[in-house]
Amino acid sequence: MIEVDRLIKQYKVHRREAGLGATLRSLVRRRYETVTAVDDLSFAIGPGERVGFLGPNGAGKTTTLKILSGLLWPTAGAVRVGGHIPQRREVEFLKSITLVMGQKQQLLWDLPPVETFALNRAIYDLPKASFEQTVAELVDLLGLAGLVNRPTRQLSLGERMKCELVAALLHRPRVLFLDEPTIGLDVSMQVTIREFIRTYNERFGATVLLTSHYMDDVVALCPRVIVIDKGRLTYEGDLRELVHRVRPHKQVVIKLARPVAREQLAAIGQVAAHADGQATLQIPQQTLNAAVSRALSELPVVDLSVEDPPIEDVMRELFAHPTQRPPS
Amino acid sequence: MNRLYTIVRAYPTLLRIGLAEAIAYRAEFIVWMLTTTLPLIMLVVFAAAAREAPIGRFGQADFAAYYLATLIVRQMTGAWVVWELTMEIRQGTLPLKLLRPLHPLIAYSAENLAAIPMRAAIAVPIAVVMLIFTGRAHFTHDPLQLFTFLVALCGAWLLQFAFMSIIGTLGMYIESALAVFDLWMGLFAVLSGYLVPLELFPHWVQKVANVLPFRYMLGFPVELLTGGLTRGGALRQLGLQWAWAGAALLGARALWRAGTRRYEAYGG
Repeated sequence: MIEVDRLIKQYKVHRREAGLGATLRSLVRRRYETVTAVDDLSFAIGPGERVGFLGPNGAGKTTTLKILSGLLWPTAGAVRVGGHIPQRREVEFLKSITLVMGQKQQLLWDLPPVETFALNRAIYDLPKASFEQTVAELVDLLGLAGLVNRPTRQLSLGERMKCELVAALLHRPRVLFLDEPTIGLDVSMQVTIREFIRTYNERFGATVLLTSHYMDDVVALCPRVIVIDKGRLTYEGDLRELVHRVRPHKQVVIKLARPVAREQLAAIGQVAAHADGQATLQIPQQTLNAAVSRALSELPVVDLSVEDPPIEDVMRELFAHPTQRPPS
Repeated sequence: MNRLYTIVRAYPTLLRIGLAEAIAYRAEFIVWMLTTTLPLIMLVVFAAAAREAPIGRFGQADFAAYYLATLIVRQMTGAWVVWELTMEIRQGTLPLKLLRPLHPLIAYSAENLAAIPMRAAIAVPIAVVMLIFTGRAHFTHDPLQLFTFLVALCGAWLLQFAFMSIIGTLGMYIESALAVFDLWMGLFAVLSGYLVPLELFPHWVQKVANVLPFRYMLGFPVELLTGGLTRGGALRQLGLQWAWAGAALLGARALWRAGTRRYEAYGG
């Protein structure tokens, strides 16, 4: 459904130092530099897949999404979405995709969302019956009954995001590009949006490419992730596998009946945290069984649990130490 | 053909929603329309200057007719696409419009046109006042000229919209598109007959104004309404106006097409 082959995108940006002198010099002579936002990126996504697109700020995620949706022209390389070359922006292509940007909205600010829906119905030339059915279905799924007739400006951020999703999905796109769709939303609203995206994907077989800084979104929605940094692919594959490669340790959280010396804990595994009644150890997968047995026999254990490291920590480590990147 | 059919089907809804937006912003909109008071100021200035003797062929009543007609034409041909477009380009919200299977300039045209009923609510009372105070003698009675006036009013709107679109689209190339528009408005004020009737300028200025587009955005329909043109001259100039409109629309389309190739939305 989505094919990206050796994609490169470079921008020419105006470079200027701070200060009055630099301002005056820039009047006469402007200096430009070329920034490579996407650098030789290749990947493919099949129909109906849900893929997380991860990377630190400025990694080139949004630029790639904009190229995939036909908003930007690649400097080099080839891109195909649903058999179309996005940059041609053919009507059939535009009718088959949607791009939701959590920080930008298409809803008409002073009119109720139903007016934006009506506008999109006209623009996408949707038959009245199927339009009404889709609106009813989406409004029901998102619990928006009674809200879509209020002016957009009177809705909360979460309600607006839900309406934004309805507006973006009225034409039943087969490919969803979601750029931070849950940004700024509270936890329960994030869960609602996530569940909705999953339901839409399952019901209509739509392909989803999602960027999000909330790892819960990615964990809940995306069995597969693509990680980029400085425009280059650093990982493509299963999310759990990525976690295992970056942090080949399990976290063993132990509640203790009485305080224990740090040295005693260190003899079992690497101490990640240690307070009076609790300790967290990092144990390699291979020695996990032995370490747990030893902890149970040598320490005054009240409770013990084995956990995967938090995905946020994994990502932080991955982005902070590029040399430790796992091979793709 | 298919695209044209889609536009024709979508346009009534676009107009309806555009009107709903204009009504939602009614207070702001009316204040904005009322800022178009320059013709009234010029009317006061020239009415005072012509108290003793006419200036050219313009007596006090002629000036009154001219500037009130100017006010009407300006109201009925107003557009704001240049501000909207440059703002959307700078804020990075244009991509949402670019993703729709409808050319954003078509959508902007509907929004701008949809405000005409609101504008007419201001312009029609002015027209009534104009008739009462200046008398019918200062306006054309020729049905052909009146019809030509209506067609010229549409042409003037198209010209305004197309040139505003061209300058707004420049925002994809340069950061100072609105400064270009300020320059454009300076030329417009002089060469369209907005400040001073073109008849009162030296002959060579009139000749220059006749070949440039500015006059066809304002002075030409005003002269039609105030009976300043012959039938033959009116039709010839109408042809020229629509030729300019066609050229400007094609220019806007070409510039847009090239601009979207190089447009790199700010942010993200």
